[in-house]
Amino acid sequence: MKRLVALLLATLLVAPALAVEPSEMLPDPALEGRAREIGRELRCVVCQNQSIDDSAAEVARDMRRAVRERLSAGDKDEQVFAYMVARYGDYVLLKPPFKAGTWALWLGGPLVLLVAGGALLIAARRRKLPVAPAPLSEEEQRRLAALLDR
Amino acid sequence: MNRHLLFLLPLATLALMAGFFAWSLLAGRDPASIGSVLVGRPAPRLEVKALREAEPPLTDALLKSGKPVIVNFFASWCTPCLAEHPLFARLAERDGAVIIGIAWKNKPEEARAWLKRLGDPYKFAGADLEGRTGLDWGLSGVPETYLVDGQGIVRRHFRGPITERDVNETIMPFLKGAK
Repeated sequence: MKRLVALLLATLLVAPALAVEPSEMLPDPALEGRAREIGRELRCVVCQNQSIDDSAAEVARDMRRAVRERLSAGDKDEQVFAYMVARYGDYVLLKPPFKAGTWALWLGGPLVLLVAGGALLIAARRRKLPVAPAPLSEEEQRRLAALLDR
Repeated sequence: MNRHLLFLLPLATLALMAGFFAWSLLAGRDPASIGSVLVGRPAPRLEVKALREAEPPLTDALLKSGKPVIVNFFASWCTPCLAEHPLFARLAERDGAVIIGIAWKNKPEEARAWLKRLGDPYKFAGADLEGRTGLDWGLSGVPETYLVDGQGIVRRHFRGPITERDVNETIMPFLKGAK
């Protein structure tokens, strides 16, 4: 039992497998680190919601290679992103930029929250507090006493 | 305000969603489509070695000849390429279209054998073994086809195989109009 628990705990420590192969990596750890950062932000164009670092697709591999070539040539991170956007459009960015076509995407959620929250607040304020019931009349008092005495 | 109007809110939401779904179905909205940023812009650089032996490498000059060209990325291992191949053969033979074929991630000898077996519609053919030209062209896979006008501007980008309908409705008018 103890061994099983240890085994299960060990699985929690395992890092998710990357598609980046050792042969692709740059010898310079700093550059390779930047390549990883960028690779996590770039979307594989044939797998919809996987980054190029996670994807084993042919195109993703080419994109990883291009990222490393650009970095080795001295590009800044923004230049590498621009290089990819020039070829594949904003689609390639896992985090879409804030612009005319995407404002609804960025502001939609907060806006709905604001509207719904506001409506709830107004409804809560309007709701009347429950009125305290009128005290018992004399007749009722008498009946109550009679019932309790029985 | 009539409070009963509030009861219509769920119904209105349903109607809104139904409308959106109906529009998606009828207008052919494809959420998986990644579009193309190349359309309307000058074609990316073309710098690829020739697929056929003893031919000069392909250069940008081919895209700015004043005549419209079709650029088709293909591979012998790609089944949809096989499906669209007869259309290119016809475009080249019957319609005299200038087609540039680029074998993507395909061993040259295998691409050549494939073309020998099926017929070669390409006036110029390149070999992009490592996919570098493909990346410059924003390629996501094969087959993909670009229509480039005489001034070297990309006018259309098909992702996936072209169909008879694409030929009739887009490619033929493009070839006639751009001449």
